Amino acid sequence: MKAYELTMKQMMDALGKKELSAYELVTSLIGRIEEKEPGVKALNCVCADEAIAQAKASDERRAGGKQKGVFDGIPVIVKDNICTKGVKTTCSSKMLENFVPPYDAHVIELFQNKGIITLAKSNLDEFAMGSSTENSAFQASANPWDLRRVPGGSSGGSAAAVSAGFSSFALGSDTGGSIRQPASYCGVVGLKPTYGAVSRYGLVAFASSLDQIGPLTRTVEDAAFAMGTIYGYDKRDSTSMNIGYPDYTRAIGKDIKGMRIGLPKEYFGAGLDSDVKDAVDKAVSTMQSLGAIVEETALPTFAYALLSYYIISSAEATSNLSRYDGVKYGYRAKDFDGIVDMYIQTRNEGFGPEVKRRMMLGNYVLSSGYYDAYYLKALKVRTLIKQDFDRLFEKYDCILSPTAPTPAFFAGEKSDPMQMYLTDIYTVPVNIAGLTAVSVPCALSAQGLPIGIQLIARPMGEETMLSVAYALEQTSPAIGAPAFAGGGM
Amino acid sequence: MRVPISEVEKIAALSRLSFSDQEKRQYQHHLEEVLKTAQKLDELDTSGIKPTAHIQGIENVQRADVVKESMDNELLTMNAPEKENGCFIVPKVVE
Repeated sequence: MKAYELTMKQMMDALGKKELSAYELVTSLIGRIEEKEPGVKALNCVCADEAIAQAKASDERRAGGKQKGVFDGIPVIVKDNICTKGVKTTCSSKMLENFVPPYDAHVIELFQNKGIITLAKSNLDEFAMGSSTENSAFQASANPWDLRRVPGGSSGGSAAAVSAGFSSFALGSDTGGSIRQPASYCGVVGLKPTYGAVSRYGLVAFASSLDQIGPLTRTVEDAAFAMGTIYGYDKRDSTSMNIGYPDYTRAIGKDIKGMRIGLPKEYFGAGLDSDVKDAVDKAVSTMQSLGAIVEETALPTFAYALLSYYIISSAEATSNLSRYDGVKYGYRAKDFDGIVDMYIQTRNEGFGPEVKRRMMLGNYVLSSGYYDAYYLKALKVRTLIKQDFDRLFEKYDCILSPTAPTPAFFAGEKSDPMQMYLTDIYTVPVNIAGLTAVSVPCALSAQGLPIGIQLIARPMGEETMLSVAYALEQTSPAIGAPAFAGGGM
Repeated sequence: MRVPISEVEKIAALSRLSFSDQEKRQYQHHLEEVLKTAQKLDELDTSGIKPTAHIQGIENVQRADVVKESMDNELLTMNAPEKENGCFIVPKVVE
């Protein structure tokens, strides 16, 4: 087995036993990237020299018995909308093409305290707005299972990178499904933490009341370890929760007998691919055979979640994106006539079409005359959706659903924005209600593409959710990784 | 739901964007499509329902008003498209 094939847990064990050095690990991953990145196009930049230097430093610490804990020497790939001091953070936008943050995001500081090495920055849909990573201003990423298909989005670069063996652990961000949907498409585990569990300090804001940073890994156990590296209170994010956080790895291997799992029937309506439906049916039988109590239930407001999501997220996005004015940082147009025209030309040239679409919708629903009818209405619907989930969690420990209606689609297949939005229909309600959810790869479609199952839990219910996720993973047929079977790539 | 071109132009101006005639028609079409679908929200009775702007219901997170050292000027301005003597350069603002 090559070092790049190891899971994060295996890497930790091998480093701990000194069977493997961080230097060997990092160079193995860099070699893998050099070989496969030209086809996958998952990364915006590779920090090779810096990562090798950090790996050598990690090995020295370990040799001297001064390692910074169990994660010292573990490499990570970071979505390119998370600020890394001294390393370009572009959001895959022309607007921030040359932006070098003068500070680190909270999660990056945590990595440094633990000796975790940032190996590369991964591609995304511009400002995390999209579901295929085709909206990047620089390059469209490909799905390692079939390079003609998309990896999903917006954390498509992170999902593709983990799937392709560029890293066992990557960070994404999830505003409406941007970790879980690409995880499903690329056959990896993607976890969206409870809103407030991971500090957003240094995450370039898209929709502040919905955004959350989370991990992508190849196993559920790795997701539990990865969560342990990023959660916790940070006073610089006023929505960060100052509570006691559990050790999520306790969830691994727990018995799920007697666990109550709800299946809201609305998740199984029109548009659901038959292979995906079969995968969910199998997962349900598996859960039952393990002693879980699975019941069909209802989430009546489901049909309104996607619409409220687009109204709320676009309104917040247009507010957050008003800071890009060509003055303090980022792109500035060359030709303009006066200051207002400078703003306009800078934004015309710096933003791509999808970002402009969201800003237009956002400003429309916030403008006088339409505010009550659309924005305020969507916020009230948000209350109803939350109440719906509250009712479900009075009865169930976990909700089970497909992650996305279909497996990965072909690049260029969804040119209509509305069709693209529909790929997030099963993931957005979680963000609207501030819940936690995880996508677990469970099956392959008839065409050999990965299918993910989504598990949803109440706020701070990660531990329960991970125990179900682990049971599901252990009893599902191993789908492997295309990286190591020589498949799609 | 009709969105006249004049409305598209107004929203573009609020967004500090400008469009060609063809782009205006594209954004008009997109807005009309989303808003048409959004009318579905009216099926839900929301009278007496409080809006949720924020899921945690946190209000007024405060900290002690203590002076702290701020980031170095050079770091803060290092990404500016145009700067001089630690200041951002912009086109003339007041006529």
